[in-house]
Amino acid sequence: MRFAVLQFPASNCDQDCVHAIRVLGHGADFVWHKDTSLGKADAVIIPGGFSYGDYLRCGAIARFSPVMPAVKQFADNGGFILGVCNGFQILCEAGLLPGALIRNRDLQFHCEQVFLKTNRHDTPFSCAIPPGQPLKIPIAHGEGCYFADEATLASLQTNNQILWQYCDADENITDAANPNGSLLNIAGICNGRRNVAGLMPHPDRASEAILGSADGRLIFESMIHTLQDQGTEKLLA
Amino acid sequence: MRWIRFGGQDPLCMKAKIIITPKKAVLDPQGKTVQNALIHMGYNDVTAVHVGKYIEIDLSPGTDKAAAEQALNDASRKFLSNPIIEDYRLEIE
Repeated sequence: MRFAVLQFPASNCDQDCVHAIRVLGHGADFVWHKDTSLGKADAVIIPGGFSYGDYLRCGAIARFSPVMPAVKQFADNGGFILGVCNGFQILCEAGLLPGALIRNRDLQFHCEQVFLKTNRHDTPFSCAIPPGQPLKIPIAHGEGCYFADEATLASLQTNNQILWQYCDADENITDAANPNGSLLNIAGICNGRRNVAGLMPHPDRASEAILGSADGRLIFESMIHTLQDQGTEKLLA
Repeated sequence: MRWIRFGGQDPLCMKAKIIITPKKAVLDPQGKTVQNALIHMGYNDVTAVHVGKYIEIDLSPGTDKAAAEQALNDASRKFLSNPIIEDYRLEIE
């Protein structure tokens, strides 16, 4: 499988994402933000960082990059897109995912390990995650507080689009386990069609035991397994 | 040759001012923190603070005001503000 990893000015986890995919034995290519094609990518990762210096709002300027029409087209065609951290913010700004990410409720930048509860195991981003296993994955953000209006939150719940929620080590979803004030402890969501997902925690920084956790690779493996074994149609609504 | 003015504003130039504030339903920890600091300083009559953004845009001389207003409303909705979390107010003078 070949992954396209987008690079914007001030992306800083692009190397981490490419490394994580290569460790899993698959190919990953950088795609520059001025490119207008994604090449022959099977899936796209929008990495973390501070694209365009986080000016105006996180992801607001990246959303209008020359590469983004190709990303939107890829999503419209059912291709798998994963946005991590700043990548999640970009997907929200681009309207490919609902809601917005705002300043953490305590105004602090949080760089720490968190636990995530996976709510569904039938998506291209979560099918390799064993049920009942909280993922230990680090966060590193100042603006990761998920916000959406009540109607959007209700529709996310009705359609089971909340993929990951911040929890404690026993998968209890508590306020104490919420690092940034996200509504409903939301750490990651997918779109209605389940081919675009975003999350604030960094699976790319938790893909080898030497990094303190290899749980993040389960997310990449979910994408790889789906692409390899089942084709894209089966898991798409 | 083009003369660059230092100080003072070109009287023919129009200026657009866009004031962006967080929506009421959105958590505004920055506003709350500033409010707490003001009260700590003794400004006891402060009942709410909201911290937003102010954007100033210079428009070329002779720009049609109505057209500029329409274009900047469009830009404000699409780009300068995020309607999910922010409100904006546009003024052209």
